[in-house]
Amino acid sequence: MTSESILLSIAMAVAAGLIGCFAVMRRMALAADPLSHVALPGIGVALALHVHPIFGAVVMLLFGALLVWAIEARAREATETVIGVVFSVALALGSLTASGEELIDALFGGAGVLGWAEVGFGALAAAAIVVFVVTQRNRLIVTLVSPDVARTAGIDVRRLDLLYLLAFALTIALGLRYLGVLLMGALIIIPAATAKRLARNLTGMLLIAVAVAVLATVGGVGLAAWLHQPTGPLIVTVAAAGFLLSLLRRQA
Amino acid sequence: MSRLDHILVVSHLSVRFDSTTVLADISFRVARGASLAVIGPNGAGKTVLFRALIGAIPYDGRVQWAPGTRLGYVPQKLDLERDIPITGLDFLRARAALVKGADREVARVLALVAVPREVAARRIGTLSGGQFQRLLIAFALVGAPNVLLLDEPTAGVDEPGQEQLNELLARLQRDQGLTVLFISHELSVVYRYATEVLCLSRGRACLGPPQTVLTPDLLHEMYGTDVGYHRHDQ
Repeated sequence: MTSESILLSIAMAVAAGLIGCFAVMRRMALAADPLSHVALPGIGVALALHVHPIFGAVVMLLFGALLVWAIEARAREATETVIGVVFSVALALGSLTASGEELIDALFGGAGVLGWAEVGFGALAAAAIVVFVVTQRNRLIVTLVSPDVARTAGIDVRRLDLLYLLAFALTIALGLRYLGVLLMGALIIIPAATAKRLARNLTGMLLIAVAVAVLATVGGVGLAAWLHQPTGPLIVTVAAAGFLLSLLRRQA
Repeated sequence: MSRLDHILVVSHLSVRFDSTTVLADISFRVARGASLAVIGPNGAGKTVLFRALIGAIPYDGRVQWAPGTRLGYVPQKLDLERDIPITGLDFLRARAALVKGADREVARVLALVAVPREVAARRIGTLSGGQFQRLLIAFALVGAPNVLLLDEPTAGVDEPGQEQLNELLARLQRDQGLTVLFISHELSVVYRYATEVLCLSRGRACLGPPQTVLTPDLLHEMYGTDVGYHRHDQ
């Protein structure tokens, strides 16, 4: 493992922990998983065109976020149906565009050689996500409590929703290298779900989620190198172990 | 009364969802400092009216708030999980962060609704119905609004708690010089606290002081049964 790779994985985990807290509180936990699937056809097309796969993934993920935002304004049931259909189809089409080793890495994550483009993108995206959550946390909380109250407080709720979904999509893109299309949703949700059980207030929740995500990522990447396994499943296994431990504590 | 004495003028307000008309051609005015009760059977569009007044949903017609109006809104139902680790203070600080002097503002609104700081520091899921309702009112009071809109502020609160909340709201209105619009199903509360009543029923509306509006005929028409209530003025 190079030092860039370790720093990038930590930055990714910090972003996942922060974004995940609001995903769990907004009851978006189930949407996280299928939204990440949309990255796969992007990766496939990028590989075919000899472009860095991360760029194909980002384009598709941002498109996916826009799609969720556009249909969120409608009934909840419709949203779930559309997410279920569109993103599963994306996974199917994506599997056709990639194959072999590349497909396994895209699905489950693999620690390959990092290029400058990926490191640069990762650092910028992680910084943008952290800045977004830190500066917008109050607006996000007011909107979470009541979108109508948020409107009377002068918050542009639709715009904030869009920005949140775009940050969410970027977080998934950040994690593709380590967790892949199938597992990145888990690193967003599991640390936040753990923090939700353990924290006494909002700041506590954000800090615990970040800590769990970072520990799971560093632990998982280390184990993967040692066991010669893909990184994603081991990161998720470590995170899940943390969640199981949190179940031992009675809810505050 | 001239137009200037009104804090709210609503003319020909209609709200449609797809093909269903929820509110049709509603017009009324609210005087500064008034306490307007909105009554009507379930499905009459009371909450929809409030959401149109705060600009949360599209509508036809005109809703004109007087210049300088600041709205505080207390919604009825929150689509919020109660087991999240958000405390009352998190909640108030988030709202207060959007105005100046956030810390002082949190202390001020907590004092107004008589919620001790240690209660506000608990997770919202552990608060009683009455405490949570006070917190929502405190939330609406951040930024010193001059109009409060309350959607059934005592729903889900036990009887003695309801009494205290109603007294709290009456005191706030008096001390802070607020105009209050509230939705209520409790006709005795409407009688006691409202200076004006707006009744919504099957798309039509009527407006007037409680003594003249709340006739047995109208109540029968609105609710379909004979509703018992106490007339405090007689």
